[in-house]
Amino acid sequence: MAKVVAVTGNEAVANALRQVNPDVCGIYPITPQTDMMQRYASFISNGKVDTEAILVESEHSSMSACIGASAAGGRVVTATSSQGLALMWEMLHIASGDRLPIIMPVVNRALSAPLNIHGDHSDAMGARDTGWIQIWSENAQEAYDNTVQSFRVGEHMDIRLPVMVCLDGFIISHSIERMEYLEDAEVKKFVGEFKNLFPLLDLDKPKSYGPLILTDLYHEYKRAQHEVMTKVKDVVLDVAKDFEKLSGRKYGLFETYRLEDAEIALVILNSAAGTSKDVVDEFRNKGIKAGLLKPRLFRPFPYEEVAEALGNTKAVCVMDRADSFGGYGPLFMEVSSALYHLKERPLLINKIYGLGGRDYMPSHAELVLNELAEIAKSGKIRTYKEYIGVRE
Amino acid sequence: MATLNLKELSKKEDLLTHGHRMCSGCGAPTVVKMVLLATEYPVIASNATGCLEVSTCISEYTAWKIPWIHTAFENAAATLSGVETMYRSLKKQGKIDKDIKFIAFGGDGGTYDIGFQSLSGAMERGHDMIYICYDNGAYMNTGIQRSSATPLGADTTTCPAGDVIPGKLRARKNLTKIMAAHNIPYAAQASPSHWMDLMKKVQKAHEIPGPKFINILSPCNRGWRSKTNDAITLSRLGVNSCYWPLYEIENGVTKITYTPKDKVPVADFMKPQGRFKHLFDPQNAELLKRVQDEVDAEWAKLQKEEKCG
Repeated sequence: MAKVVAVTGNEAVANALRQVNPDVCGIYPITPQTDMMQRYASFISNGKVDTEAILVESEHSSMSACIGASAAGGRVVTATSSQGLALMWEMLHIASGDRLPIIMPVVNRALSAPLNIHGDHSDAMGARDTGWIQIWSENAQEAYDNTVQSFRVGEHMDIRLPVMVCLDGFIISHSIERMEYLEDAEVKKFVGEFKNLFPLLDLDKPKSYGPLILTDLYHEYKRAQHEVMTKVKDVVLDVAKDFEKLSGRKYGLFETYRLEDAEIALVILNSAAGTSKDVVDEFRNKGIKAGLLKPRLFRPFPYEEVAEALGNTKAVCVMDRADSFGGYGPLFMEVSSALYHLKERPLLINKIYGLGGRDYMPSHAELVLNELAEIAKSGKIRTYKEYIGVRE
Repeated sequence: MATLNLKELSKKEDLLTHGHRMCSGCGAPTVVKMVLLATEYPVIASNATGCLEVSTCISEYTAWKIPWIHTAFENAAATLSGVETMYRSLKKQGKIDKDIKFIAFGGDGGTYDIGFQSLSGAMERGHDMIYICYDNGAYMNTGIQRSSATPLGADTTTCPAGDVIPGKLRARKNLTKIMAAHNIPYAAQASPSHWMDLMKKVQKAHEIPGPKFINILSPCNRGWRSKTNDAITLSRLGVNSCYWPLYEIENGVTKITYTPKDKVPVADFMKPQGRFKHLFDPQNAELLKRVQDEVDAEWAKLQKEEKCG
């Protein structure tokens, strides 16, 4: 029986972790994640979980300790944001290179400088190429559901990769929303027992982790990482199918909203997708065929599926809450790569919005959809990349 | 604790096998072998990036007969703290029943410098592990760059002895004492020249629950610009000159474990090493004197600390 609650995103994810009951958890504070691991620490102190915490002295050590713990053989989690994720960067590659299924909620926050504690996607986008699976979440319910599912994805015997579950800092991490918890026993059963693969703690079969590999084999190791990523989509969909049976909530590689017959569309991640859907409805009410695509699995990116979903539109705006300065927004680069192979493809523009927690308002979506309607009609693009919501 | 009998020890299996690719005459594999020979429990090792790491596990070949993990340069302690925590978690849950010991190995660059925070954190958290620093006094793996363990006056590739600057102008960081200041139950200094002393310290450390730190002098003939057959001779001179005194700090109490009968001038330790060659030029006489003065002062301080108990 599902339990309906009103909780913050941080509380929801902390409870998902409690229900999974991992063996080891790396804990280090950083806004806006702090409150999630604080809650988890109280589960440990009050005997709600079997987890041993490592109260590290930095995020670099947190990821290092998580790698050690995961290689030792067991289920490992940690969580971070922003500068913390940036400090982990070196170790993120080592977690994925060693094929360790560590689960890490990332409460998305802007990067310094200037210092800013609010939500944008610069942190996780900066970790795009670290070899981690990335699953993004619109609200507390999705963050909770994705966290539960992430264990099945990362720990799958054909995959064995670390997973980031992304949710927006403050907007989701600190806002109270209505959502539904699964029963503890249901989650436990869904996630299942952790299966070991080459544990260091197996003294009878000693393993060496982290060799030096030069020009002879490094290239092959990296190709193996690429190949395993190609299998992730199917596992994500299989796990989502099982999860739907349990929860009634349906998940795919991305969510489409009124996209089927849409002529203009927004591609937008996480919480801002919610705001945008309301505006899409308003445009539909006015008789304008607007739609939306909200990516869920960002790494690996489902290029073919995204191309198919957007292929029949006339104009698309990819909305980025992060920038690659001197280039396009990171989400735009993926979507344009996806569409390139189509014979007929929509006209594509890129808007950068909401950096450092700048509000994303319905009026912003309205402005962009109006511009898309104009592009669809005229076939002319005024500007390919533009910041919106800027104080002039 | 088994007694250390050379004949019996010679029959024990080497847990770091031959066939590794450390340089001929390097002190580090000798140090590791002594540490592992003194270990009478199942043991898991963590290794910082460095000479020892790149030379002992390459592609599909490993010289380690024990479970071993290397992740990066600055985090052998943090990585091992994760392994040790998983062990405790699984033991608590009844999923593992063996008694396992944990040892981290790092060079001075990976320990004194870039790995200092990770080491300090792991020691403060109280993980049950021994951290072994094999101290050769510079970043030898990348080609002899200065570290905070590089001795005063030494010539390295980043503090080269030139016409204006005569090598390193700062004294070494006293890491053994800094680790003792973490109030860990056991911190010690050892040298492969005094194998019995070294191995006794390792044995003792294994019997003490909690975090332990042992700093071991590890000659590097490439960086010290010395001969390939003098690692033991030089480490003995290091001890006998009191450049590298052998002592332990157990629960805050300092004990000098070996006092040289005839303390030799530090110049005796330095002379066979090319990295100090320039200090024997007349214009550097003052710097050479400063090296001796600092060694004497540190030694006097250590003796005073021992007297205080």
